[in-house]
Amino acid sequence: MSEGATKQMNMIQAVNSAMDVAMERDDSVCVFGEDVGYYGGVFRATAGLQKKYGKTRAFDTPINECGIIGVAVGMATYGLKPIAEIQFADYIYPGLDQIVSEAARLRYRSAGEFTAPMVVRTPSGGGIFGGQTHSQSPESIFTHICGVKTVIPSTPYDAKGLLIAAIEDPDPVIFFEPKRIYNGPFDGHYDNPVQPWSKHPASEVPEGYFTIPLGKAKVLREGEALTIVTYGTMVHVAMRAVEDLGVDAEVIDLRTLLPLDIETIEESIKKTGRCIIMHEATRTSGFGSELSALVQERCFYHLEVPIERVTGYDTPYPHSLEWAYFPGPVRTRLAIERVMENVSG
Amino acid sequence: MASDTDRRNLPPLELYVPEPKFRPGDEADFSDIVVPPAGETRRPDMADHHEDMPDLAYGLVRVLDDEGKAVGPWDPKLDPDTLRKMLRAMALTRAYDQRMFRAQRQGKTSFYMKCTGEEAVAIAATFALDRDDMTFPSYRQQGILIARDWSLVDMMNQVYSNKKDRLMGRQLPIMYSTKQGAFFSISGNLATQYPQAVGWAMASAAKGDTRIAATWTGEGSSAEGDFHSACTFAAVYKAPVIMNVVNNQWAISSFSGFAGGDQTTFAARAVGYGIAGLRVDGNDALAVYAATQWAAERARTNNGPTLIEHFTYRAEGHSTSDDPSQYRSADEAAEWPLGDPIARLKNHLIALGEWSEERQAEMDKEVAEQVKTAAKQAEKNGILGHGLHQPLETMFEGVFEEMPWHLKEQMQDMLDENEAANNVAKTR
Repeated sequence: MSEGATKQMNMIQAVNSAMDVAMERDDSVCVFGEDVGYYGGVFRATAGLQKKYGKTRAFDTPINECGIIGVAVGMATYGLKPIAEIQFADYIYPGLDQIVSEAARLRYRSAGEFTAPMVVRTPSGGGIFGGQTHSQSPESIFTHICGVKTVIPSTPYDAKGLLIAAIEDPDPVIFFEPKRIYNGPFDGHYDNPVQPWSKHPASEVPEGYFTIPLGKAKVLREGEALTIVTYGTMVHVAMRAVEDLGVDAEVIDLRTLLPLDIETIEESIKKTGRCIIMHEATRTSGFGSELSALVQERCFYHLEVPIERVTGYDTPYPHSLEWAYFPGPVRTRLAIERVMENVSG
Repeated sequence: MASDTDRRNLPPLELYVPEPKFRPGDEADFSDIVVPPAGETRRPDMADHHEDMPDLAYGLVRVLDDEGKAVGPWDPKLDPDTLRKMLRAMALTRAYDQRMFRAQRQGKTSFYMKCTGEEAVAIAATFALDRDDMTFPSYRQQGILIARDWSLVDMMNQVYSNKKDRLMGRQLPIMYSTKQGAFFSISGNLATQYPQAVGWAMASAAKGDTRIAATWTGEGSSAEGDFHSACTFAAVYKAPVIMNVVNNQWAISSFSGFAGGDQTTFAARAVGYGIAGLRVDGNDALAVYAATQWAAERARTNNGPTLIEHFTYRAEGHSTSDDPSQYRSADEAAEWPLGDPIARLKNHLIALGEWSEERQAEMDKEVAEQVKTAAKQAEKNGILGHGLHQPLETMFEGVFEEMPWHLKEQMQDMLDENEAANNVAKTR
């Protein structure tokens, strides 16, 4: 559902607009995190919110992720709807216990008496020369936890609609924002000039309230030859590779990893019989492992060739070797070629 | 980098590993513990700046003297009815603990934890709070529920994980939760409730509410990062929260030295954070009441948080899974210089001429009977046994508000497994 006039936004502006709309509509929504208040966040995602909504609803915090998330749980228990920003996903680990053992478990362990409807927003992923402490994609850690939802948008439009839905969700949501695509849809060609969002149709975003339901994937491109299942920055890498190779691929942007839209995946693979899974995160026990298992369990007799994974390597995210590490156009092309190799006629 | 031959001739370093004063077989002698006379510690104005009271983090607030008289500036001057109610709640808690500990030994449940010797810490504090102030307890503050007249049967249903357990058998026994009782769901992960209490208090302040939060943790768990996160946030935002550290000397088998107790008091943690810190005789119900009342008023008037160390002693094992005779001297509890909280409050009431040994004995009988009646009623709802008192489907409910497909599928798998098991049983 959408309403009202649209405006061209990059992903940061869309995220900012989502919080603005949510705070305007519901005075229990508050945002906080390191550098979030007066300054408006190191990526400017919360710019203007303190000025508009005051210091008790948009404020800076100590550099203490355990405290940020623990306090958010307490606030949610009180009845507020906290949005906690963790400055980089790489910094989320000190707050992990408060997510795993507390936010995620509260509804279950109190039989619904206490809940933690809260959002943890955090920029993730590489491609910005951030080195190993500003580049990680730890989403599969969270999909492995029962009781939290995991969302990763790939466009300004989706970022806004999904973030409002996440804020309104009755359960805790970890909301990853692929930082490389904050300012433009990066397609993996790092040596090309940066494309701004303004040239992308999904940068036209309603100014007002709208939501995109969690748990619904989006088929970005319909095709018959193979299916690419991906999310976040890799959506754009996949789309560009498909275009360059002229292959008739179906590209699925998951948008929400958990709950997963398995129907859309199944339907597509039963049609194409070929599957490539793409993510930036490290390979072993990455979310691709789960996707691969699901596709094998549900679509085995439809598969023509083994499932391929295009992922980051199982190393810490390197600094100077970033473009050798990043699962870019070449890794994608090779996987597509392998999957398409045995097509006859 | 200097090579070996370049190095100066220095003595070798030594690693200090703390060691408790007494081990099994040792005679416990606590004569080195400084116990200032009751009434000696000053009582600053509730609104005084925390920097003007660092001495309180190293002193010991005490009201009841050895003769059972209430003395000094911290005497909360409670009326005899309130004192008797407090005494009864403490006696009821002790009777409840005894019964449920025995129930575990009888195989009626998997686990239990007593708070023997620490009853005042939860109960006197609860008496000083408002009924709707939010509490974020650790696992040894069952006294809060009893002080709030919460149903013993309801508590026991939880301990037995029976079919009337409101928590649907999902939590380890004693991990109570009741929103109505303003008692937050207990976590087995230690000190996680600390930043949550601060967050709740911050929310209350942000909303212009009048309710405050109180939280408890053990001295052992005060070593957790969550404790320090909470202190930082509480100080930064002057959160209306009372942070209690129950220093009962032992964290399972690790004495307080492993949480830093060899070096300073736990109340002294407050000084570094810029929080008011009080060190209180935790076995003195009036001191606990007075300190909590002071801290609550401070919080309620936007003067910020207070960290209260309750100096007490864990008179029994950590839990039913623990055997303290393996690691500490058996006579520690008896030798504890601050006595027993129930005996001390009883003596005070007797000294006031408001109570007697006979009435105490009568009350003990009454609370034992009350617990027995409740236990019988709770046991009608079932005891743990092999569990499986709730419909199997409930395992999958409440993970999320709405059950996603993958849980629905797994639920069906479980039901199929159960049917297969039943079929096997039938064919035997």
